[in-house]
Amino acid sequence: MAIIRDMIPAFELFQPTTVEDALVLLAEHGQGAWVLAGGLDSYDWFKDRIKRPEAVIDLGGIDELTGISDAQDGLEIGAMTTLTEIVRHERVRSEYTLLADAAEHVATPQIRNQGTLGGNISQDTRCWYYRSGWPCYRAGGNTCYAAAPQAMNREHAIMGTSRCVAVSPSDTAHALVALDAKMIVRGRRSSNVYDAEDFFIGPATDITRMTVLESGDLLTQINIPGEWANAHFYYEKVRDRGSWDFQLVSVAAAFKTSGNTIDDARIVVNGVAPFPVRLDAVERLVRGTSVDEAVAIEAGEIAIQGSHALKYNEYKQPMMSNLVRRAVRSVA
Amino acid sequence: MPAVTQIVRLTVNGDLREVGVPMHFTLLEALRYGLGLTGSKQGCDKGDCGACTVILDGRPTLSCITPVFEAEGHAIVTVEGLADVEGPHPLQDAFDLHGAAQCGFCTPGILCSAAVLLEKTTSPSRTEIKEALSGNLCRCTGYSKIYDAVASAGQRLQVEAQLGESGR
Repeated sequence: MAIIRDMIPAFELFQPTTVEDALVLLAEHGQGAWVLAGGLDSYDWFKDRIKRPEAVIDLGGIDELTGISDAQDGLEIGAMTTLTEIVRHERVRSEYTLLADAAEHVATPQIRNQGTLGGNISQDTRCWYYRSGWPCYRAGGNTCYAAAPQAMNREHAIMGTSRCVAVSPSDTAHALVALDAKMIVRGRRSSNVYDAEDFFIGPATDITRMTVLESGDLLTQINIPGEWANAHFYYEKVRDRGSWDFQLVSVAAAFKTSGNTIDDARIVVNGVAPFPVRLDAVERLVRGTSVDEAVAIEAGEIAIQGSHALKYNEYKQPMMSNLVRRAVRSVA
Repeated sequence: MPAVTQIVRLTVNGDLREVGVPMHFTLLEALRYGLGLTGSKQGCDKGDCGACTVILDGRPTLSCITPVFEAEGHAIVTVEGLADVEGPHPLQDAFDLHGAAQCGFCTPGILCSAAVLLEKTTSPSRTEIKEALSGNLCRCTGYSKIYDAVASAGQRLQVEAQLGESGR
């Protein structure tokens, strides 16, 4: 495919200052509209000339979308709040360290200065066949190049696949699921609140989207309930490089404990499926148990049950198993 | 669709500059092709390599993925703005003395990231230096001399502050 990669295709830039105006613009431009947050994912698409939106709706000037405020119970985070602001926020650091930890694991200082929480969880998958503009299922075509016999699929999914084997790249998505965050999505006519767990969707639901967001929708706010504040948290991200890299596999877990007994748990893994995977079976296993090495090992084994490796990503099975084991072991 | 040119007003290195650009231009494109400030480099051009790093309101920012119209009303400092009439920025001297550049393509971005770090602290630890520069890729020298140079510029700033000579 001959693609000229030097200049981005021209687009019309809109800079609304209110959510209402942004929604009007989105409705007006329909499928030709593109929502711009921090620009990391967006400019990647534009400069590769794979996505050519007519109208870019830049959310950077909408004050009501930024900032973290104290709610009656928990925190309310504007979708355009930068990852740096989240990492530095006092209450996030002290009560919701899982989120601070996750946000701090995103890329580089510059990227955290610009990248937003809403953008981080709404970003598109990094599957290189898809990102290079191949006409795959996710792009509206009729095949998956990453699952083909000769495909390079070291970074692809081992579970949750349905024709598409791409993975969710976000470092914060699974932390938000573990914290039972609520996503506020506004449309032209209605507003919806989704559990973080339901916000991320797999290819079986819609192969062209990673989240519930459809054309015309805007993720405006992420609410972190007080329920899991100050829980025992565990976050670990495995990547190829020491800095600046997407995860291979990553775990985010929240435990309510008394001593080394787990009263309740939410354990979520990312980098293994097209969406963050909540490990219900592992949670059931550990709930009410007193953690010892045997429980941790069993948790690791149960975690990968039903997973299916492609040609080059078999390593993700023991990696995921180990991360879950470590998460559970951290309680002991 | 035709690229419509509009006037954008930028505060660059203390000067108010006006330049006509297509509205889809990035800050980097406006700096380089509109204002001729070619110090900031177009490397990967996708926010990966950090060669385009400028200082926007005191924060290291990737100008290649910032819409230029988003930079209106904000203070922009590029590598061209680090030196002043009295001479190069201490970082620039230190990079010179330590041989901390080879091809030099990554250097403007690194100087901007490092300048912000030294604004916060003139005695950063090695880890803090590494963290501050983790978004700037150098493919020539390895990073040791760069880290050394940043540390030594910090020391000089401390000495100057003690002697009361710092006007920076």
